Amino acid sequence: MTSATNSWVLAALLLLPLVGAGVVTALRADARTAKLTALGFSLAEFALAIASWVLFDTGGARIQQSFSFDWIPAFGVHVSFGVDGIALVMIAVIGLLVPLVIGAGWSEKLPEGRTAGGFFALILLEQALTVGVFAATDVFLFYVLFEIMLIPMYFLIGSYGGARRQYAAVKFFLYSFLGGLIMLASVIALYVMSADELGSGTFDWATLVRTVSDAPLSTQIWLFLGFFVAFAIKAPLVPLHTWLPDATAEAPIGVAVLLVGILDKVGTFGFLRYLLPLFPAASAELAPLVLVLAVAGVVYGSLLAVGQSDMKRFVAYVSIAHFGFIALGIFSFSSQAMTGSVTYMVNHSIATGMLILVIGMVIARGGSSRIADYGGMAKLTPLLAGMLLIAGLSSLSLPGTNSFISEFLVLIGSFPKAPVYTIIATVGMVFAALYVLWLYQRIMQGPLRGAALVGVEPGEPVSGGSSAGGALATATQTETKKILDLTGREKWVLAPLLVLIVGLGLFPKPVLATVAPTVDATMCAAGQADPVQSAERQSQCP
Amino acid sequence: MSVMSSVLFLAQVQPVPSPAPAKIDPPALDAVWPILIVLAAACVGVLFEAFLPRHQRWPAQVALSLLALAGAGVALATYLSDAPEAGEMAMFNTLAVDRPALFLWGTLLALSVGAVLLIADRSVEPGGAFVATAAIRPGTVQDRAQVTATGMQTEVFPLTLFALGGMMIFCAANDLLTMFIALEVLSLPLYLMCGLARRRRLLSQEAAVKYFLLGAFASAFFLYGVALLYGYAGSVRLADISAAAAGTDRSDTLLFAGMGLLVVGLLFKASVGPFHTWTPDVYQGAPTPVTAFMAACTKVAAFGGILRVLQVAFESTQWEWRGVLWGVAIASMVIGAILGLTQTDVKRMIAYSSVAHAGFLLIGAIALTDRGLSGTLFYLLTYGFTTLAAFGVISLVRDSSGEATHLSQWAGLAKRSPLVAGVFTFLLLALAGIPLTSGFVGKFVVFEAAIDDGMAPLVVIALVASAVAAFFYLRVIVLMYFSEPAADGPTVTVPGAFTTAAITLGVLVTLLLGILPSFALDWAAGGAFAIR
Repeated sequence: MTSATNSWVLAALLLLPLVGAGVVTALRADARTAKLTALGFSLAEFALAIASWVLFDTGGARIQQSFSFDWIPAFGVHVSFGVDGIALVMIAVIGLLVPLVIGAGWSEKLPEGRTAGGFFALILLEQALTVGVFAATDVFLFYVLFEIMLIPMYFLIGSYGGARRQYAAVKFFLYSFLGGLIMLASVIALYVMSADELGSGTFDWATLVRTVSDAPLSTQIWLFLGFFVAFAIKAPLVPLHTWLPDATAEAPIGVAVLLVGILDKVGTFGFLRYLLPLFPAASAELAPLVLVLAVAGVVYGSLLAVGQSDMKRFVAYVSIAHFGFIALGIFSFSSQAMTGSVTYMVNHSIATGMLILVIGMVIARGGSSRIADYGGMAKLTPLLAGMLLIAGLSSLSLPGTNSFISEFLVLIGSFPKAPVYTIIATVGMVFAALYVLWLYQRIMQGPLRGAALVGVEPGEPVSGGSSAGGALATATQTETKKILDLTGREKWVLAPLLVLIVGLGLFPKPVLATVAPTVDATMCAAGQADPVQSAERQSQCP
Repeated sequence: MSVMSSVLFLAQVQPVPSPAPAKIDPPALDAVWPILIVLAAACVGVLFEAFLPRHQRWPAQVALSLLALAGAGVALATYLSDAPEAGEMAMFNTLAVDRPALFLWGTLLALSVGAVLLIADRSVEPGGAFVATAAIRPGTVQDRAQVTATGMQTEVFPLTLFALGGMMIFCAANDLLTMFIALEVLSLPLYLMCGLARRRRLLSQEAAVKYFLLGAFASAFFLYGVALLYGYAGSVRLADISAAAAGTDRSDTLLFAGMGLLVVGLLFKASVGPFHTWTPDVYQGAPTPVTAFMAACTKVAAFGGILRVLQVAFESTQWEWRGVLWGVAIASMVIGAILGLTQTDVKRMIAYSSVAHAGFLLIGAIALTDRGLSGTLFYLLTYGFTTLAAFGVISLVRDSSGEATHLSQWAGLAKRSPLVAGVFTFLLLALAGIPLTSGFVGKFVVFEAAIDDGMAPLVVIALVASAVAAFFYLRVIVLMYFSEPAADGPTVTVPGAFTTAAITLGVLVTLLLGILPSFALDWAAGGAFAIR
C-alpha cells in the first residue's frame, strides 16, 4: 500500500517551515532580516513542494513518499505521513500561497507592540501544521494536527486582526474546537472497533479503512456524523458557516488567504479522505442531507454575497457558495464530479486567494473595507482594476479561467446522479456573475467618488518610498491623498496567480492527471460507480 | 454422618496440638515505608516547632519536608523494584499495597514536592503566603502589622505532611474504617491550612470554616454509610462487602443506602458536582499554595478512594448504581463548564474547571475495566501537575494588596510578562485538552475506556462540555494577549527559586506527558486492584 521511497521530501516539507518559524522568531528583533528569512524559507518550501510533485508517480501506489514510526505504542498510534494525489496538490497550493502571503504582508501595518517577525513565524508554523494535516496517514495524528493548527491561526487573527478581532478569534476557535471534539468521539470509536476486530487497536488509516468500512449502517451513521460535523464546520457548509465571515473580515489580508485558501480545504479534504472510504454505506445513505446543505450553501452564499457592504465579508460568502459546489461534486458520486471538486479545491485557492489579495490592496489604498467608500477607482489605478476584474472573472468561472474547468466538471458529473440539485446549483452561477460584476462596477467604474477616495489626485511615483505600501500620503492642507497603482512588490505577488488562472484554464491536465488516480481510488473505496461508463473502470478496483 | 464421625475419630486419635500462645507477628514494613517516613517526618516537624528557635524553623522545616518526600520516594522506588505483581496486604490487611496504590503514592509524592516548594516560597510574598500568627483577629492593628512582618506559621509544613500521609493511606485502605480514619487525617490539616492566608484574612477564615463544616457533614455521611454497609455485610472489608453483594438475599436497601451515603462522602472530597459547593469558596479563600496542594493532591487521593471502592466493593452490583453515577458525572461536567463561564476570579474559575474535570474523571472511574482504571490514574497524574503549575503562576500576578485574582486585572499581561503569559496559556490549553499537552492524552485515555465500556453518549456529553469549558480558558488567553493592559494593573513578581522550580516541574510534566506519554501509560496500566 505504501511506498517509502523519496520519503525525505515529505519529511523536509514538514520540518522546513518549523525550522523557519524558529529561525524567524529568533531574528524578530530586526524586521527586515526576519522578513527576508521568512520569504527564503517559504520559497525553499515551495521548491520542495514542486520536487514532491515531480517525484510523485501517478501510476504508482496511492500513498507515496511515506514514513512512519511509533508514537504511543499502548494505543497503536504512529507518526506516519504520506501523500496521495489530492494531498499532493493541496500541499503544492500551500507552498504556492505562503510566499505570496508573506509578500503581500511585507509592509502590513501591524498593531502596536507586534513584530513582523512574530507574524511571519506564526504563518510558517501554520504552514507546517497544515502540510501535516494533509499528509497525515494516522487518524490520531490527523486529529492532533487538526486541533493544533487552530492555535497559530487563533493568534494570527487575535493578535494581528481588525477591530473586532477578539470576538472573531474566539468564535473561530470555539467552532472548530467543538467540531474537532465531536470528531474525537468518532475517532475513539474507530479505535475501539478496530481493537474488537483485530485484537489490538490501531489508528492507521489504511488498516482502518479495511477493517471498519463494513460496519453496520447504524454504527456508520453515528461515526459519519461525528466526522461530518467537524468537516462541515471547517469547509463551512451552511448552518455551520457563521464563523467564516467574521474571521475573514477581521483577519489580516494574508491570514484571510490562508484561512479561506488552505484551512477550509481541510474540511473538503476530510470528506474525501475520511468520510467516503471509512463510512461508505453511511455516505451513500446520508448523501441527500449533504447535497441539500451544499446546494443551500450555493444559493445562500451567493445571495448574501450580493448583499454585502463589506469587501472582506463579500469574499467569505463567495467562498461559502464555492464550498457548496465542492461538496455537491463530492457527494454526487461520479468520478467526473469528484475530479471537478478536487480541482475546484485548487482553483478556488488560486482564484479566491487572488481576489482577497487584490481586495487587500484596494483596502490598503483606501483605508476602508466598505464598498460604499469607493467608486471609479479604475481611473486612479487601472492595473489594480484589471487584476480585480480577472480575479473576479475567475471566481465566476468564466470559460478560459481555471475555475471554469472545475465548475463545469462538477455540474456535468453531478447532473446524471442528482439532477435537481445540479439545476438549483446552476442558479448560483448566475448570481456569481451578478455579485462579481456589480462589485467591480461599484468599486472601479463610474465617476470618482466615495469617502475613501474623495480629494484624491492621480498619484505619481513617490521617491523615497514613504508610501511604498500604498499607504495614504496626506498633504498637510488640502487633505489630498495620492493613490498609486500597483507597486513592483504587488505585481510580483499577483503575477504567479495570474499565470496560473490563465494557464490552468487552458491546460488543466497536470492537475487533472495527478488527482485522477486518487479520485478513482476514493470512488472504489466508497463503493460507487459512474453512471455512464464503465465496467472497465469499476473492474480496476482492488 | 460418616464424615463427621470420622473427623471426630481422628480428633480423638491424634494428639490435639496445644493452642499456640497468641503470638502476633510484627507487621512486614517493606510495603509501607513511604507512609511511615512521611508521618514520622510530620511528627519530627511538630517537635521542631516546639524546640527550635523561631528563626531556624523555616529552613529546618523546608529541609525536613523535602528530605522526607525524597526519602519516601526512594523507599517507594526500592519497594517497587521487587514488589509482587498482584500486590500484597500490609498492616494486618488494612492496607492493600497493589499497583494502583503504588502509582497513586508516586503521584502524590511527586505532586507534594511541587506543593511544598510553593508553600516554602518566601520571595513572591515577602515572608511567605502564610500568616505570621494565625490567632490575630482580622482587621485589627496587629493584623495590619503582620501583613508586612516577615515571619510565618511554619506549622504548615508538618500539617502538609500529615495530610499527605492521610492521603496515601486513603488510596490504599483495604477496609472502610481505615479509609475513614485516613479521610480525617487528610482533612483536618487541610481545614486548618485554609485559614492561614497572610492577606484577606476574613476570606481565608471563611473558607476554613466553610470547608470544615461541610467537610464534617460529608464525613458524617461517609461514616453513616460505613455503618449501614457493616450492617449489610457484617464486615467493613471491601472484599467482604463485594462477596456479600455478589450472591446473597440480604436487604438491598441496606447495601444501596450505605453505598449511596459512602459515595456522597467520597464525591464531596473529590469536589464532584453537585457536591462541589465548597470548592469555589475554599479555592478562592485559601492561600494559593494550599489551594494548589488541595486541588492536585486531594483530587488524586479522593479519586484513588473512589476507584478502589467502586472497583473492589461494588463491581458486582454495577448495573444498579451505574445510572446514578452517569447522572452525577453529567451534572458535574455541566455545572463546572457552565458556571465556570460566569466567573470573574481566576481562582474560582480554576475551581469550576476542577469540578468539570472531576466529571471527566468520574467517567473513567465508572468504566469498571482495566482501561478505565489506568486511564483515570493517568488523568489524575496529568491533571495534578497542570493544576499545580497553574496555581503557581496565579500566585505570581500581584498588586499592592496581594494577589490580583480578578480577571480584569489580567488584561494585557502578555505585553508586560510574555513568559508568564505564555506559560499560563500553555497550562490553560492543557486544561482545555488541546493535543500535545498532557490534558489531551488524559481525556483521550479516559474517553477511550468509556466508549470501550459502552458509554458513548456520556462521552459525547463530556466532549461538548469540554468545548464549553474551553471558552473560559480562551477568555483568559484573550485577556492576556489581545486586550490593552489596565493603567494601574498588577505586576508579575519575579518568582524565587522555589516557585520557579514548582512551575517548571508542572509545565515540564504537562509537556512531556503530552508528547511522550507512553512510559506513564505503561506505569498506570501496571496492574489491577488486589481484592483480598
